[in-house]
Amino acid sequence: MKGKTLAGLLALLSTPAMAQGYGGLGSDAPGFDMPKPGTPIVFPKDHGAHPRFRTEWWYLTANLHSADRTAYGMQWTLFRFGLEPPRESQEGWEDRNVWMAHAAVTSATENLVAETRSRGGVGTVGVEAQPFKAYIDDWSFEALDPGFDKARVVARGPGFSYSLELTRGGPFVLQGDAGFSQKADTGQASHYYSQPFFSVEGALSLHGQEVKVAGKAWMDREWSSQTMAPDQKGWDWFSLHLANGEALMLFRFRGARDYVSGNWISADGSTALLGADDISLTPLSQTAIGEHNLPTRWRVQVKSRGFDIEISPLNPRSWMGANFSYWEGPISFSGSQSGEGYLELTGY
Amino acid sequence: MRQTLFALAALLSHWRRHPANLAMLILGLAIATALWSGVQALNAQARKSYDSAAAVFTGGGAQNIVSARGGLFPQELFVRLRRAGVKVSPALEGAARVDAKNIRLIGVEPVTLPAASTLAPLRENREARNILTGEGRSFAAPQTLRELHIAEGARIATERGFALPPVYAIDSAPPGAVIVDIGIAQKALDQPERLSRLVVAPEQRLDSAKLTEIAGNSLRLVEPDEENDLSRLTDSFHLNLTAFGLLAFLVGFFIVNASFGLAFEQRLPMVRTLRALGVSMRALVGALFCELVVLTSLAGGLGVVGGYLIAAALLPDVAASLEGLYGAKLSGQLALDASWWLSGLAMAGAGALLAVASGLSKALRLPLLSAARPIAWREAHHRYLRRQGAFGALALLGAALAYSTVDGLAMGFAVIALALLSAALLLPVALAAMLQIGESLAERPLAHWFFADGRQEIAGLSLALTALLLALATNIGVGGMVEGFRETFSGWLDQRLIAEIYYEAATPADAREIEAWAKEQREVAAILPVWRAKTRISNWPVEIIGMAAHETYSAHFSLLEGGAEAWRALHEEDAVLVSEQLVRRLKIGVGAMLDIPATRDLWRAKVVGIFPDYGNPKGQLRLDHARLVAHFPDASGVHYSLRAAPGDVAPLMEKMQNCFGPKLARLVDNAAIKKISTDIFERTFTVTTALDTLTLVVAAVALFASLLTLSNLRLAHIAPVWAVGVTRRRLAGLELLRMLLFSVGVALIAIPLGLFMTWSLVAVVNVAAFGWRLPILVFPLQWAEVFVVALVTALFAATIPALRLARSAPADFLKVFANER
Repeated sequence: MKGKTLAGLLALLSTPAMAQGYGGLGSDAPGFDMPKPGTPIVFPKDHGAHPRFRTEWWYLTANLHSADRTAYGMQWTLFRFGLEPPRESQEGWEDRNVWMAHAAVTSATENLVAETRSRGGVGTVGVEAQPFKAYIDDWSFEALDPGFDKARVVARGPGFSYSLELTRGGPFVLQGDAGFSQKADTGQASHYYSQPFFSVEGALSLHGQEVKVAGKAWMDREWSSQTMAPDQKGWDWFSLHLANGEALMLFRFRGARDYVSGNWISADGSTALLGADDISLTPLSQTAIGEHNLPTRWRVQVKSRGFDIEISPLNPRSWMGANFSYWEGPISFSGSQSGEGYLELTGY
Repeated sequence: MRQTLFALAALLSHWRRHPANLAMLILGLAIATALWSGVQALNAQARKSYDSAAAVFTGGGAQNIVSARGGLFPQELFVRLRRAGVKVSPALEGAARVDAKNIRLIGVEPVTLPAASTLAPLRENREARNILTGEGRSFAAPQTLRELHIAEGARIATERGFALPPVYAIDSAPPGAVIVDIGIAQKALDQPERLSRLVVAPEQRLDSAKLTEIAGNSLRLVEPDEENDLSRLTDSFHLNLTAFGLLAFLVGFFIVNASFGLAFEQRLPMVRTLRALGVSMRALVGALFCELVVLTSLAGGLGVVGGYLIAAALLPDVAASLEGLYGAKLSGQLALDASWWLSGLAMAGAGALLAVASGLSKALRLPLLSAARPIAWREAHHRYLRRQGAFGALALLGAALAYSTVDGLAMGFAVIALALLSAALLLPVALAAMLQIGESLAERPLAHWFFADGRQEIAGLSLALTALLLALATNIGVGGMVEGFRETFSGWLDQRLIAEIYYEAATPADAREIEAWAKEQREVAAILPVWRAKTRISNWPVEIIGMAAHETYSAHFSLLEGGAEAWRALHEEDAVLVSEQLVRRLKIGVGAMLDIPATRDLWRAKVVGIFPDYGNPKGQLRLDHARLVAHFPDASGVHYSLRAAPGDVAPLMEKMQNCFGPKLARLVDNAAIKKISTDIFERTFTVTTALDTLTLVVAAVALFASLLTLSNLRLAHIAPVWAVGVTRRRLAGLELLRMLLFSVGVALIAIPLGLFMTWSLVAVVNVAAFGWRLPILVFPLQWAEVFVVALVTALFAATIPALRLARSAPADFLKVFANER
């Protein structure tokens, strides 16, 4: 899960009224459904939108390399915010969903970011479950077959564009307790699944220069109506591709008491939930961007697995300076295991 | 420096001794500045209102996309553009009626609205959320809320019975507009999935080729610097105002020139004395310049304040005219920035400088010794007149040349300006000639003196008389145009408004229902659909109106060209009637083939007739009803007229009102429409007439000023006549008579000049400005009126100086012989 940006927004929007903004992740959501444990996640239906929930996101990040081994990062994210619970027969502009999307390409020296927004209901934005297709304006992330074995992701922004083909190498992975992912001791939670086994091939265009790339991608899907507890300020999120084909997801929600959780994903897609006591997340150094101090290097340990690594960012200045800003960028790590992944830091 | 200060003090002491002269000078400059800056204020206000209306969509240099044919386009094109990666925000604008007032309803989409729009506050998270949740929100400028008598938080209901979301004040909303969410606008205007405009995000550049590639030919790219229709349509109206402002300034300028000229002349002995005392020429010029700055600031300041008052007084009429003629909304609250005040002062300064330039140069070039003779430079008057006559003839030639070579509005004004200039230059020559004839015919010595002295007096009065001439001629010119328009327009309206009842249904579905009902009614003699569509031809907005085949039209609807054959062709062939404006703009005539952008393709039709369409800023095409429906399937089918016997009209209208209520967006009889139309034009001409009258007042003041200041000087001419035994009473009587004679001369020249002006206005300016030509009508009674006005003005101006003369003490006359005064 990567889609935590929303809560990040909330943390960044300082006044209560602003926090009500699009997200309102920490506030009550009367009229919207709340995630319930035991709700089964059903494919392909749950690839589509869940308008009874207030927020959700489709999140894709990729660690890419060109033929000369230059490293790049790619993001494609689509957020839906329900301003009001849906009513019967809402047509066209009566639709009460506002959508926002971010696309980015990151290199060691550059972080190119674009944002777009759109109102639901008239055909400029939407998500279809089967075959899966999420689109906003001319950006899209769509399956090329009904089984979602292959997909294509396309976006463009100032100075960059990309068109990448994804091939699924494993099953979709349910996070948390069979897809019910708790975020705080007070019960805030989301429905959450991932696809960490995409291999990627395609081309980036940077300032008009085309670069052929290949690598690994990670997709997160999450929907909720209240993701954060009121005292939580933001989160640190890790999605890691281990060199041995396994994957690891870890997060920490920073509040009066930090809420830490994780999931160890085997190469065959089977998962093991990691408890807070098992996980140790230690910032090693900070990067100052404007008035924000961001822990961009970390020591990460999972004691039960003998896992102990140091993480460093490809570009410590991977700041998503859009209307809602946060840090999100490709990382690499070494230690007991090596590999690559993505790090997200919100609420700083 | 000290020298300059002392010289300045000496120069200024003159005004203390001649307060009347000072008052005239200041009054003249103040009036000229007031009229000019008042008109400028009106123009500035209008421009600001247009800008604020346009900036909603063009803020930050945003390109706009509109329908290529004008009117609305399907929302699907917006989706297509967004899906092709073009960042556009949709908008729908339309007119709605609230409490018998017109408002402009603007639907915007807060989530995609560009940050550079003046409505950017609406895209902030909190406000966007307010707009899109619960009851939603509308927005209007505080001024608009006051005009609509609506409190913040209340809901505005349109006459079609649609309640807009609760309204809140936002300063950046254009005057007369209510801003709502795009979805609300589509419902309130009953235009589901239709848009009027797309705003391209300013950080993006779109070119026409790309637009065509994505959306075909149905959309058109509007660059931010491309003038909007509103400012283009209203241009001519503002040019008219400006021309009047300039004319008024010119007349005021004559007063200033006369007053300054006189002051210079009176101060020549003082200048000589100062120079003889050793004041350098530089110090003297410095002092004169300082004096000018002081007087200009004082009078200019007063003038700008006066201009503000004039503008505030005329604003309601101007606003009403612009709204009636063009649907342009003006903010009713005068809000002027510093640049306007400064430009008013600068105009006063420039005018004053120009007015003194000739006097100053004359004063400075005078030889030291000859300066002692008070009216030295007037001795050259004879030569001066001859030169002026030559210049006048030249200006006349220029006017003829301008008329025959150039085209358009500027030419129209150039012809008028040159003709006025030549008349102004020739007036003293003509008056002098008239007096010369009088003199040669005179037998008795007193009569001889009367004419000879008159010629002497012309030199001092010529500027004031010129001002009177211009004011009178303008009066005749403009009055003739206004009267002519009133008659033609009224007759034309009577022909146009043959049907007894006109109505507009709220929706096309309502229209069908009412139509079916009306067919059943015994009182309804005929029901005539008057459906409308919009298009653009040669980038000009054109209305398309369908006409049923009915004798209502063929027997009454007036055509400038065409006739019975036109009506047959209209209903049997691919044919159209074209408004005079459009014919002139396209430079076509009867028989021409016209390619008309229809809903799906170009429709080729033959022009079979031309009809007058006075006052319509847009072009208009009329065609057979069935052809309208075929070629413009998206035409708005809500307008109808009904024929009924006069006695049935009132009861029928009441019945319709009772049966259909809110389904009728508008229901009026022909008398009401005529009143509305006539009112619009009356208000337009109120402004013209007010400016016209003010000009005449200025001219009267100019004449009065000149006579008052001359009266002292003329003592030297009159004293010898008094000394040989002509009584003061008689002399005063002769002075009055001479003024009457002058004013008769002026009026005699003013009448043909005014007629020429009427012709220029009607046949040249109006055609260029509005695209239609009125028949020229003459109003002899109006001339008589002007004649009387001229005499009364002259009498008014001459009475006080004459009375002063009659009451002068004999000692004053004697002083003339005692020394140099």
